[in-house]
Amino acid sequence: MDKPLLNVENLSVSFDTPKGVVEAVRGISFQVGQERLGIVGESGSGKSQTGRAILGLTPGRVEADRIEFDGINLHKAPARTIRAIRGRRISMIMQDPRYSLNPVMTVGWQIAEAYRVHTNATKREAKQHALDMLTTVRIREPEKVYGLYPHQVSGGMGQRIMIAMMLIPGPDLIIADEPTSALDVTVQLQVLAILDDMVRDRGMGLIFISHDLHLVSSFCDRILVMYGGQIMEVLEAGALDQAEHPYTKGLLNCLPDIDRQQGTLPVLRRDDAWMNRKGGAGGDVP
Amino acid sequence: MIKVENLDITFGGGAQRVHAVRDVSFTVASGESFGLVGESGSGKSTVLRAIAGLTPGWRGTMTVAGQTLSQRRDRAFHKQLQMVFQDPYGSLHPRHTVNDILKEPLVIHRMDDGERRILRALDEVGLGPAYRFRYPHQLSGGQRQRIAIARALILDPKIVLLDEPTSALDVSVQAEILNLLSRLAREHDLTYIMVSHDLAIVAHLCSRIAVMNRGAFIEEMSDEQLRTGTPEHGYTRQLLVASKGYDRAAIDQFVEFD
Repeated sequence: MDKPLLNVENLSVSFDTPKGVVEAVRGISFQVGQERLGIVGESGSGKSQTGRAILGLTPGRVEADRIEFDGINLHKAPARTIRAIRGRRISMIMQDPRYSLNPVMTVGWQIAEAYRVHTNATKREAKQHALDMLTTVRIREPEKVYGLYPHQVSGGMGQRIMIAMMLIPGPDLIIADEPTSALDVTVQLQVLAILDDMVRDRGMGLIFISHDLHLVSSFCDRILVMYGGQIMEVLEAGALDQAEHPYTKGLLNCLPDIDRQQGTLPVLRRDDAWMNRKGGAGGDVP
Repeated sequence: MIKVENLDITFGGGAQRVHAVRDVSFTVASGESFGLVGESGSGKSTVLRAIAGLTPGWRGTMTVAGQTLSQRRDRAFHKQLQMVFQDPYGSLHPRHTVNDILKEPLVIHRMDDGERRILRALDEVGLGPAYRFRYPHQLSGGQRQRIAIARALILDPKIVLLDEPTSALDVSVQAEILNLLSRLAREHDLTYIMVSHDLAIVAHLCSRIAVMNRGAFIEEMSDEQLRTGTPEHGYTRQLLVASKGYDRAAIDQFVEFD
């Protein structure tokens, strides 16, 4: 890999709760280049908090030796600098378009706004760019869709609109947090194909966060498997069968396989020893 | 055990009219597990809810255990047919303890020996008596779904309707719940109808599978046919391809089915 886009070193996210400190992410390090990096884990594994911490979007306490993007340490940078990067150079696609779009503004206006905020474009230029973008994400009749409100579009179309909005400032890196989990399988794959083509054509980096190990392994170039806020294993795509960590193997085994009849599914056995790997802060959490 | 003929359901009227289920017929034998697969809006849950009596205004004929169903159901009907819902976070009363939740069906059906039945139901779903006085928020998602299953089973029903019982759970927990459902079906000779959008899950639990699209049955097949990849209809084949993961070339071949 040539020079990575993003270099994360020893990232931790913790929350103060009445019951003590909860460590959501425990000292993880990874790099992202112009590639599709998948982060997989079950609920509570810290995968979403990792994505949010990069952009400073978590209410938790973020600690890191470095979160370096294009020579800038995002962790130490002033809010001004972060604002210039967030959305413009690193953008984020959330899970459910119904909750992440503004319900009282037309979708076209929202896409155009994303463009105007980050450039000095006039309203007319922004609208033209937004319409072009809608065409790029394969929406038929972009003129008509431009004037629709979020409740008037389907889930698949809503997520394409989100992608259009996030891509219109031309970011270098996209963080997609379960972008297609709310969609039907065929629609999910069609949306991913659009994302895939754009990442490839524009030479962007993509961090794809998901709970679906099979989907991620067929879609991404490299996969981080997370459990309990730590990285259990890093895998090359398509090399799932060479997974060595018992957690990854356990996750794979407990999925029903459509190709063969199984009487009883193997159940994942969790091991406390997984929680104290390198960089783990120690056993201070129950 | 269950016979559905020409079931037809519409919601609303005029321009808002939605034809949710179109002329659906099928039979489920006693002790069989029948799966309904489809994408969102295909009408699969509506069929299930109509059998349970949760959707009024259906047309057609439905027979359960030899009795022809009317729009209203009596208590005896619900004693032999119970349902498990998709979201264990929404289907349990947040201010009721596990004990209250499990006791309610017993009170409604005036069944005695509540104490013993509650403890047995907890035991059967793999939770001990220690869980009896907990509130739902003190349980994990998987434990909540176990309670929902215990609530369905406490009346000793013959038929259990499962509406996406594992889609809100992590995959490792999903495996535990699927194993639990298979074991309970064996031990109690239960008849299941399961609704899911996931072909692999339905093929795992069910021996016969019907595929739905836009309210109508597209085709019906055995789990073996699905497994060997020989469904006849293009829509089913497309679903099967999609369930195998991301394949850039295959996605360009996807078409809309009406």
